[in-house]
Amino acid sequence: MEVFILGCLVPLGLGVFALLIRRSKAAPWIAAIGVWLGCGVAAVPVIQALAGNVPPSLQIAWNMPGGSLTFGLDGLSAFFCLPILLVSPLAALYGCQYLAHEKKPLGMVSFFYNALTASMLLLLAARNGLLFLVIWEVMAISSFFLVIFDDEHAHVRQAGWTYLVASHIGTGALLVLFALFGKQAGSLDFDLMAKTALSPTMAGILFVLAVIGFGTKAGFIPLHVWLPEAHPAAPSHVSALMSGVMIKTGIYGLLRILTMLGHPPAAWEVQLVIIGLVSGILGVAFALAQHDLKRLLAYHSVENIGIIALGIGAGLLGLAWDQPVLTVLGFGGGILHVLNHAVFKSLLFLGAGAVAHSTGTRDIDHLGGLIKSMRWTAVTFVIASAAISGLPPFNGFISEFLIYLAGFSGVRANAPGTVILAIAIGGGLALIGGLAAACFVKAFGVVFLGEPRSSHATGAEEVGAAMRWPMAVLAAACLGIGLLAPAAMKIVLPAVQVVRSVPVRAYEETPYGVTTNALATTATASLMGVVHISTALLLLGAGLYLVRRYLPRGSEETATGTWDCGYARPTARMQYTASSFAQPLTDLFRIFLGTRKHSADPEGFFPARATFETQTPDAAREHLFAPLFRLIDRVLSPVRRMQHGRIHEYLLYIAIVLVLLLIWKAGSR
Amino acid sequence: MNALRWTFPLAAWVLAPLMLGIINRVKAFFAGRQGPSVWQLYYDLFKLLQKASVYSRSTSTVIRIGPSVVLACMALATTILPWGELQAPVTFVGDIILLAYLLGLARFATVLSALDTGSSFEGMGASREVQFAALAEPSFFLGMLVLVLHFGFSGLSKMVSEISLETWQTSGVLLILVGCSWFILLLTENSRIPVDDPNTHLELTMIHEVMVLDYGGPDLAFILYAASLKMWIFAALVVNLVVPMHSLAPWLQAPIFLLGMVFVMVLVGIVESILARLRLQQIPKVLIGAALLSLIALIVRLMG
Repeated sequence: MEVFILGCLVPLGLGVFALLIRRSKAAPWIAAIGVWLGCGVAAVPVIQALAGNVPPSLQIAWNMPGGSLTFGLDGLSAFFCLPILLVSPLAALYGCQYLAHEKKPLGMVSFFYNALTASMLLLLAARNGLLFLVIWEVMAISSFFLVIFDDEHAHVRQAGWTYLVASHIGTGALLVLFALFGKQAGSLDFDLMAKTALSPTMAGILFVLAVIGFGTKAGFIPLHVWLPEAHPAAPSHVSALMSGVMIKTGIYGLLRILTMLGHPPAAWEVQLVIIGLVSGILGVAFALAQHDLKRLLAYHSVENIGIIALGIGAGLLGLAWDQPVLTVLGFGGGILHVLNHAVFKSLLFLGAGAVAHSTGTRDIDHLGGLIKSMRWTAVTFVIASAAISGLPPFNGFISEFLIYLAGFSGVRANAPGTVILAIAIGGGLALIGGLAAACFVKAFGVVFLGEPRSSHATGAEEVGAAMRWPMAVLAAACLGIGLLAPAAMKIVLPAVQVVRSVPVRAYEETPYGVTTNALATTATASLMGVVHISTALLLLGAGLYLVRRYLPRGSEETATGTWDCGYARPTARMQYTASSFAQPLTDLFRIFLGTRKHSADPEGFFPARATFETQTPDAAREHLFAPLFRLIDRVLSPVRRMQHGRIHEYLLYIAIVLVLLLIWKAGSR
Repeated sequence: MNALRWTFPLAAWVLAPLMLGIINRVKAFFAGRQGPSVWQLYYDLFKLLQKASVYSRSTSTVIRIGPSVVLACMALATTILPWGELQAPVTFVGDIILLAYLLGLARFATVLSALDTGSSFEGMGASREVQFAALAEPSFFLGMLVLVLHFGFSGLSKMVSEISLETWQTSGVLLILVGCSWFILLLTENSRIPVDDPNTHLELTMIHEVMVLDYGGPDLAFILYAASLKMWIFAALVVNLVVPMHSLAPWLQAPIFLLGMVFVMVLVGIVESILARLRLQQIPKVLIGAALLSLIALIVRLMG
């Protein structure tokens, strides 16, 4: 355990050093070395914990009422550490080159990057409510400063503000959660909290608070509003870390709280499945309507969080209706998707960053044809696109496959509630998968294929090695996890085991407490089948390509123009754009999307110019939070009269409050 | 026994182009024409394989790799399909999900290759293809869920091998509903009338055919062959679902299966001959209708 803490302190220490030499060009490199060293050190106990060798928890004295510096590392924490240990060093290396052209001092951003990495690792190990909240806040603040790196732009400051507000709404819910739970348990130590018997109402309230608090971080709809603002505003390597890894701490928190709340009633999984379906389907629908590459990716994070919620919902379904297979498959799929999403989503953000870095724009409709100038980026981006669309032989398919298996097994349950939810999971996942594939075909196809649509795209060049290699490693991981699926299942199981300890009290007499591995055998057998076909797919695809090349005239090529129905002078502007590509699908969802269209139609016989523009603002922001905040503003504006800047009256307030407190204290004696 | 299992994929690989020939003959019959030989696609494939390729200057590696990926996906998808009670070479719990996603990967490759040319016609076809595929996916899975509800969750081979005359007596309505839903899916996924017209000459209205405008030579051969395999896969799903193989003598199953395949092709040919192509805006309604058929089957099963 001490080794793990050391691993967290190393990046922090070198981050502080980078802060001291903040004007030097070496600052980000030194900070990155800190991340590499720290993650390397922390990886040792994490791997040991996943192998079943859980280190004893560490307790350090802390004179904070209710708080204790308790750290532990079980299967769940260790599994959630994996994405951090993989993505953080790679993104840090990428960031060094990505930021190299900046004129600003880079010490600050490097320090906060390291602080974010360290705080995420520590958060996963925290075993005390107060400690958890403190680290949670450090994480939120350091990521806030990373988001507003480009603070000279008004929209970046606006995005940072949205993130800060959303983040603290979530933290507010968590404060109430831990205060209530702590009062019930008499302690804020997770061990003691887990042993508390809660009344069903209390457990229900705590569950809802956890969904709000952690859901804000994770990005459940409608609490997702900060994602599409903050991810595009932040530097790309930060977006990769935040979208790929940081939002998963919300999922971790939810799972951790679930282990303490006792046997879940049926209502919870209904909530999670509904949240999952809504987030999944609307997330991808909003993504389809976007023109900004990074904003599109941010909405896909919402979609993938929806898929994870479906998995967790299926797991809870299994617990509530006593279907152990469903539990293992659902939780297993959901938790594995956390790792998978971290890999391909951070890869996609790094790819989007490379495109933005090289072309100077993130607007999909201004790009095109980049595959010819940015080969590495294109190849890694297409791998990640296939992976996020859940296509074999990549990793996204594996976790979605497990959730499908959960849904399909749930259909056979005797309880009608389970069956309906299982059907919703299966059908919903199919729709989400189809839409996600459509969206990534659009993103990759319009950005990288065809002809350049503007001068931005014409002048593109491949990015440097420090940015290329992290992308290549992540792309390899996409394929690697896909081909080593049974092994991936093996490292998920310790995490599932921790979550499954939820019902230990409720099911003490049932014999399957130890059968987790036996339950996973069907899944493992199926995954072996998937791996065989995936391997065959790679070999056969390569074989067919070779055969095709060695046909009598297979390698003869003639170059010509694209067939455009005999039209002789095609231009790049005639190509299908992202908006036109997605239009049939966005039209299907137009009630939810509320896309605004501004157009000036062509007029007369020789139309000079015509314009067409669409905008899809976030529905939750426009119709839920904006009116809500306006209402709060109206109600509270009278109070503003108290805040006028006259210090002597402020002193008077303090005096009055003190006197009132004295009276209250004396009265209660 | 294990070697015998490979007869199904082998039959698919050899006979699939014949099936499209049958459809064309049926259409020719209805139109009062002589029509091409049923072996026409074989001649075409052979001829195309000997040709050189022409690529647009806008294209990249994607269009060169695409056809191989598509064909590999289709060829492997046939190894999951059973042949009556004779199990498929590859069978495991949830293999049907992999089947659906192999088709998805093939579509991904086709659509990206289409966008690679930078042609707005191909972009249009690609856009329609992904839209209809996203809507078709749920009806496939809902139909699958009906089977899972009825026969338990196992490999596809095991599930369809349990369909017998008794199944027809007890829950024939389920099989009919899912069969209809999957037949619509077959027409959609294989770009047949009323969703798409494989013989149209107007690029503006096409879906699948417009995406393969820029292929020639061996690439076109791969694409055509893969398309015939895809037709075989969907027809085999419908035949396996509808024909009560369990009640047939083992030696009869393969011939009856092939007869069923021919019958499905004739049906497709008849549908193409007597129906007009739908307007594009109407197609989502057809697809949602197909999903509803499967959903009704699910509800019937849950109530019963």
